[in-house]
Amino acid sequence: MEKFINITSSVYPLPVEDIDTDQIIPARFLKATDRKGFGDNLFRDWRYDKNDQPNPDFVLNNPKYSGTILVAGKNFGCGSSREHAAWAIYDSGLRVVVSSFYADIFKGNALNNGLLPVQVSEGFLQKIFKAVEADPKQEVSVDLVTQTISIVGTDDAESFEITAYKKHCMTNGFDDIDFLISKADEIAAYETKELVF
Amino acid sequence: MAKTLFDKVWDSHVVHNVEDGPQVVYIDRHYIHEVTSPQAFNGLRSRGIPVFRPKQTIATADHNVPTKDQHLPIKDALSKHQVDTLIKNCDEFGVELYGLGHPFQGIVHVIGPELGITQPGMTMVCGDSHTSTHGAFGAIAFGIGTSEVEQVLATQCILQNKPKSMKIEINGQLKPGVLSKDIILYIISKISTSGGTGHFVEFCGDTIEALSMEARMTICNMSIEMGARGGMIAPDETTYAYIKGREFAPKGEEYDKMVEKWKGLKTDEGAQFDLAYSFDAADIDPMITYGTNPGMGIGINDNVPNPNGNATDNFKKSLDYMGLEAGQKLIGKKVDYVFIGSCTNSRIEDLRLVADLVKGRKKADHIEAWIVPGSKQVEQQAIAEGLDVILKEAGFELREPGCSACLAMNEDKVPAGAYCVSTSNRNFEGRQGPGARTMLASPLSAAATAINGYISDARELMN
Repeated sequence: MEKFINITSSVYPLPVEDIDTDQIIPARFLKATDRKGFGDNLFRDWRYDKNDQPNPDFVLNNPKYSGTILVAGKNFGCGSSREHAAWAIYDSGLRVVVSSFYADIFKGNALNNGLLPVQVSEGFLQKIFKAVEADPKQEVSVDLVTQTISIVGTDDAESFEITAYKKHCMTNGFDDIDFLISKADEIAAYETKELVF
Repeated sequence: MAKTLFDKVWDSHVVHNVEDGPQVVYIDRHYIHEVTSPQAFNGLRSRGIPVFRPKQTIATADHNVPTKDQHLPIKDALSKHQVDTLIKNCDEFGVELYGLGHPFQGIVHVIGPELGITQPGMTMVCGDSHTSTHGAFGAIAFGIGTSEVEQVLATQCILQNKPKSMKIEINGQLKPGVLSKDIILYIISKISTSGGTGHFVEFCGDTIEALSMEARMTICNMSIEMGARGGMIAPDETTYAYIKGREFAPKGEEYDKMVEKWKGLKTDEGAQFDLAYSFDAADIDPMITYGTNPGMGIGINDNVPNPNGNATDNFKKSLDYMGLEAGQKLIGKKVDYVFIGSCTNSRIEDLRLVADLVKGRKKADHIEAWIVPGSKQVEQQAIAEGLDVILKEAGFELREPGCSACLAMNEDKVPAGAYCVSTSNRNFEGRQGPGARTMLASPLSAAATAINGYISDARELMN
């Protein structure tokens, strides 16, 4: 997993609530057996029309916007547990998603793939949308070490939560499996005990 | 200290506490399927490690299998590749596979319970959000991502922060014609699709206790749709009786011993929940969704909400996609497809309810009516009971088991713009095919709709 320390970038604003993982990557594109290449179909049905032509109204197709940060409405990533959603976002070059609320499984999947889900207050989220509406090149800065997100060039900043363990993994590029494998003896010892409820 | 049912199962499975971090939780049963496992097996391969406990892993092919001519090779090259990859991985890593052609094949959340693999007090995971289904047995069961599938394959454990607890109590007598699907759609419409986020839910109350196991599974299945990690129901006599005699259930003295143990699986008097809701069963009508998430549901005779100028962009976008107007009635609206199936409603009870209602009737000519059993065993039982004949005479197509038009990874797709009343769990944009318009409802509502050709209250066809 790639290390994550901090990022300052312009953003893609997507002020839609309840974006489910079926929208992020529709089921018909889940047939690959490796983790790469899903970025081409990120938000497929919003990004392209019925004839596979890019929809000019969709934010990812709008040349005004660029960057490595996606800012989305609340309850991002609900629905299916497909990790392909996190892979598709990461594969398309994005490294941070900002929203005011995340579905649990998506959040876990993102963290396991070096994609940082930054949860901000609804008020701060709206501030970002406003700032980007005023200036599509507006930059946002995300620092994992200090757990702060700020709108560059303004006094607007907010701190965000992440567990100490996940922060350690993200900043060092470690994954959970290395850690779990190191506990193999403890796991085997657990298996010999009788379950008591 | 008084503990909840969830605490009891969770705490007994903690192997290790990471300081300031998650817990290492032992997983008793791991279900896998073709869509979310290939990258995890590749991970093991690149690390050069085996599956840690292959006997505790159970595989099936369900998401993109065809529902016709399953004895023939899969036509779609990508689907075939994915199913073949599962076969190869299971073979190489020593995992039992109930693939196409096997008498136990079916939707992962249907076969686990029917084979007696799912049992009270277990921890269970699968790379599929509807793993919450198995909570109906008093198990902790939840959906995971592929990296986590790899964790479990590698170590039989998963790193998780303990979720918060929520209690949802439902008491009272359900009205005739109201099913457990209506209960869960009603609850989600009340607390929203994010109302349960961060929580594990215990469903309780006398309404829940009176439900069959299959009805309980429908409720737990959709607990993910309110954002919860999972839902669970304390095991009781109904649970023990369901498990008894099943293929992989404990037998004889072992069964008796387990039942004694399972009896301890209930929330202690005075145990605290982080959040609690209670509902009255008598308030619940047959439900239907009008929007593009499962929380956008109404009583089948109600009107689509009308926010009168206060509609959010999301609400407008959703109605626009669905081709509906604020304030309009849904009852009587012409639909094109009816899909009865998915891990929510493809069990034998669902098929019996549908057969009972459609017996001696014919579906409307313009309706395409698909009924897709959840497993080979459900299909065989339907045939043994003669349900296949009743369904066929009514013009329904009884297909072969799989996830089918729930998420349309196979050929079963609803065309763009068409309306489908579906017993599945998700009405997201494009879920049943690009542009498809899905309305979630119970098997009874779906069956009545197929007969009339328009959205119908099944109670008018009952008795």
